[in-house]
Amino acid sequence: LNVDTLFGLAAAALVGIGLYGLIVLPHPLRKIIAFNVMGSGVFLLFGALAKRGAAAGLHADPVPQALLITAIVVAFAASALAIALIVRLIEATDSASLASDPPNEAKD
Amino acid sequence: MTGNIVSLAIVLLLLALALWAVLVRDAFLAIAGFVAYGLLLSLVWVRLYGIDVALTEAAIGGGLTGAMLIGAVSRLRGTESAARSERSGAGLHVVALLLSLGVAATLALCVLVLPDPAPTLAPQVSENLAVTGVGNPITGVLLAFRALDTLLEAIVLVIALIGVWSLAPDRFWGGRPGLRHQSDPDGILAYFARLLPPLGIIFAVYIFWAGADHPGGKFQSATILAAMWMLVLMAGLADTPHIGHRGLRFGIVVGPLLFIAIGVLGLFSAGALLAYPEDWAKPMIVVVEVALLPTLTLILGLLLAGPPQRSDRGSKA
Repeated sequence: LNVDTLFGLAAAALVGIGLYGLIVLPHPLRKIIAFNVMGSGVFLLFGALAKRGAAAGLHADPVPQALLITAIVVAFAASALAIALIVRLIEATDSASLASDPPNEAKD
Repeated sequence: MTGNIVSLAIVLLLLALALWAVLVRDAFLAIAGFVAYGLLLSLVWVRLYGIDVALTEAAIGGGLTGAMLIGAVSRLRGTESAARSERSGAGLHVVALLLSLGVAATLALCVLVLPDPAPTLAPQVSENLAVTGVGNPITGVLLAFRALDTLLEAIVLVIALIGVWSLAPDRFWGGRPGLRHQSDPDGILAYFARLLPPLGIIFAVYIFWAGADHPGGKFQSATILAAMWMLVLMAGLADTPHIGHRGLRFGIVVGPLLFIAIGVLGLFSAGALLAYPEDWAKPMIVVVEVALLPTLTLILGLLLAGPPQRSDRGSKA
């Protein structure tokens, strides 16, 4: 089992863990954390692929690695927007619930 | 052999922290786990030979995201128990578990049957890197070969900031983001907020400049600068600017605008959008990076600070 396969499998597990939390956790802030875990799993998979692309004297393919840097920054921006939306939701409704009266339906 | 054991240990710890961040009951503990997870993940990047990615992950994935989550959880404290009471039913848990296992298993299978040899662009990058004048292949990709991605990313950041700001209640539009922090002017926080920023700025400039030939660059540098700014704000030594401040708005858009201008210039001087004329690649890259630095620093800091919460007259939300 070489290192990129190992981290690739770990990435698959992380996506699963994050997806489970995203569906099951009721609090939106916890959903954001779970979504970030899922996202980092995707990044890690991408990183493992970059490592597999090592060639021409480079230890890894720099193209996916550069895109990863972009991805991490964009993920931060998306999380910031999501958190601002939650805080606003709580200010407006005094509740962090995403459920409307028919249960488990997203609120707009 | 030792390397494999270290990798395996990191993976087990990483999965345990991910489970902790998702499953633990208390939101604050979950965030603490998530920050540790982000830092551990940057170790994984080192093992995957992605030093630039590791720096970004430690600074933004663990650091800034963690700080932002902690800020959010302190404001959302009261809503936690109410959300807990509406826990979803056992049926949903089972379906979610099956779905997640299915997705994870499918991905794992894909990892195991990846083609060998792996497709790669590394040879093209190392062949053409000399033309760009930079020695760090990641910087070459970010600012020359895939400059379009970096340009669009900078624009995404501007749009995200506009999105966050537009969540401000009408009466605070044009006001200052975040709370006004106050601390003991002779306290340890204020002391560090005076001591660290000069060092942080030197370090950030070094990381920025070294990024041309070594791991580092504008993202990592901007995060350090944003962190120094946050420290000064938290110690109450300075206040966030009004979001209508002209200089601030100029700083936010200068990077993308200059990037676009240089990109369009490429249409005439080098025959393609975002292309650099021969022998001018390095200076142009430096100009774009220098212009992006204030943009990234301001946006990262202001995303952390959140929407405006105080009007000009100093009333508080």
